Amino acid sequence: MQHGRYRFIVGFLVAPLALYAVFVIWPFIQAIYYSFTDWTGLSPDFKMVGFGNYTRMLKDDIFWKSLQHSVILVLVLPLVTLSLALFFAFMLNVGGRRRKNAAVSGVRGSGFYKIAYFFPQVLSIVIVALLFQFAYNPRSGMLNSALKGIGLGSVQPDWLGDPSLALICVMVVLVWSTVGFFVVLFSAGMASIPKDFYEAALLDGASRVTTFFKITVPLLWDTIQSGWVYMGILALGVEAFTAVQVMTVGPGGPDYSTSILPLYVYQTAFRDGQAGYATTIGVGLLIVTMAFAAVVMRLGRRERLEF
Amino acid sequence: MKATETPPVVTVKEPAPVSEAPAPGGKEKGSEGKTLNVFSHGVLIIWAILVVLPLLWAIMSSFKSDDSILSTPWALPDKLHFDNWSRAWSQAHMSDYFFNTIIVVGGSLIGTLLLGSMAAYVLARFDFPGNRFIYYLFIGGMSFPIILALVPLFFVMNNMGLLNTRHGLIMVYIAYSLPFTVFFLTSFFRTLPGSVAEAAMIDGASHTRTFFQVMLPMAKPGLISVGIFNFLGQWNQYMLPTVLNTDPKYRVLSQGLVELANSQGYKGDWSGLFAGLVMAMLPVLAAYIIFQRQVVAGLTAGAVK
Repeated sequence: MQHGRYRFIVGFLVAPLALYAVFVIWPFIQAIYYSFTDWTGLSPDFKMVGFGNYTRMLKDDIFWKSLQHSVILVLVLPLVTLSLALFFAFMLNVGGRRRKNAAVSGVRGSGFYKIAYFFPQVLSIVIVALLFQFAYNPRSGMLNSALKGIGLGSVQPDWLGDPSLALICVMVVLVWSTVGFFVVLFSAGMASIPKDFYEAALLDGASRVTTFFKITVPLLWDTIQSGWVYMGILALGVEAFTAVQVMTVGPGGPDYSTSILPLYVYQTAFRDGQAGYATTIGVGLLIVTMAFAAVVMRLGRRERLEF
Repeated sequence: MKATETPPVVTVKEPAPVSEAPAPGGKEKGSEGKTLNVFSHGVLIIWAILVVLPLLWAIMSSFKSDDSILSTPWALPDKLHFDNWSRAWSQAHMSDYFFNTIIVVGGSLIGTLLLGSMAAYVLARFDFPGNRFIYYLFIGGMSFPIILALVPLFFVMNNMGLLNTRHGLIMVYIAYSLPFTVFFLTSFFRTLPGSVAEAAMIDGASHTRTFFQVMLPMAKPGLISVGIFNFLGQWNQYMLPTVLNTDPKYRVLSQGLVELANSQGYKGDWSGLFAGLVMAMLPVLAAYIIFQRQVVAGLTAGAVK
């Protein structure tokens, strides 16, 4: 029996572990090793350069520019997305009052709003990016012709082509596509807050703004915090990369105005043929990601509220 | 949320039913409530329009001629140009991209669910040396940037002769979907009652047989949730195929759309591109509307309370 048991355990683990080790763990370990080499990625020859890539990275203007954009993204995106989502979720779940005799309820039509808001979440970020690339098109896009339509024909920004606007345009798209997910997530969290808390607050004459800040936000803090980590990883990872890569000219925007760390890793490796240096920047990205998570966890640490 | 990213870790929590109890006394507090109501309703409606409008605009544009897309972007189509759709489907190879995506996603979805549930079952229900280590090895994968592993992964694939093949892509999709799948299903298998499995064992079923005939059917709700999650993530995958699959023959949908956007940009065939975009949007749109509850539950399952 014992023998059969171990054979079963090994048999069930061997295939998943093998795939995972070969395609995920091993490349990850290799990446750190390659970051100390001058490997081009094209030829099999390379030599160790110690910290050469790292000192080069610290003197690389484009690296600093990309890092700066990534940091902006990681600070602004979670703030905007989560605030909007919290506001919407609050309105949809406890914002309405005195309906159906319930002390606490959402505004009318909240079911429809939740379904509609969530929809962009199921769309591929590529589809979303292409759609908005059109909307932003300076000559025939949805935005500029709408501006023309309301008599603002003289205001025709070159959205994605304008170095000072391009990054903001990309951020708007990422917010657009993720808010709905958090509306639904926060709604589920709010539904689990006992109704008597709100009823008691109402009896004491609290306004909705007060109940929002004194009841909803503190009791949802754990969910907000994990949402924050998730948004940050999205801002430093694949989704932001895809949006920038697909939407902005270059890609990377005019004068690297939308370049972000993952995009710079990708370009250095696959466009410039500097695989060793690219993995060095990748390690930089890893450090930024981990620092971000650590900061959020640290700042987010509060007394856990039990209810 | 794409399958290869770190999803928020939350426990599923069914929304509590709205209390139907009569409100405690006290009158509506006059104007504060009313102005705030108008304001909040206004904001909710505006956001709903902002979400729906670009999608309607895309659908509308896919039926227009190129001229009217450029000259009157907001106008309704003069007549329905179905030729955009047929052009995108056959000439722009959307049919091939669909075919590739279905093969790759179908293969990796089955593989992910099978391998993921096997590993999760063993990790959840058997005590053996190294159990914790293997579990955390899988879970750790949720939190690291894929882009860092991408360059070495390219060469691993190259050495194994898996670049530009559909089965290579399938294996990579499975590998990068395992962390979340194992994480989710491990906690799911822990919640299932052990007595049924024990009864099966006493009746003489082997471990393998118990797993496939007793435990797997019981785990169906969990498999559906995690299956929807992985389906959307793998269907929408862009970065992995872009790097690992450069042969035009094997392009998947997201790659194909970007390619279409680049090439149609030169040809000026905007209507064809819109038709392609809407075509790619329709399957998930339909799936979302039909399985709305399950999709939302599947995607938000997990976030920590």
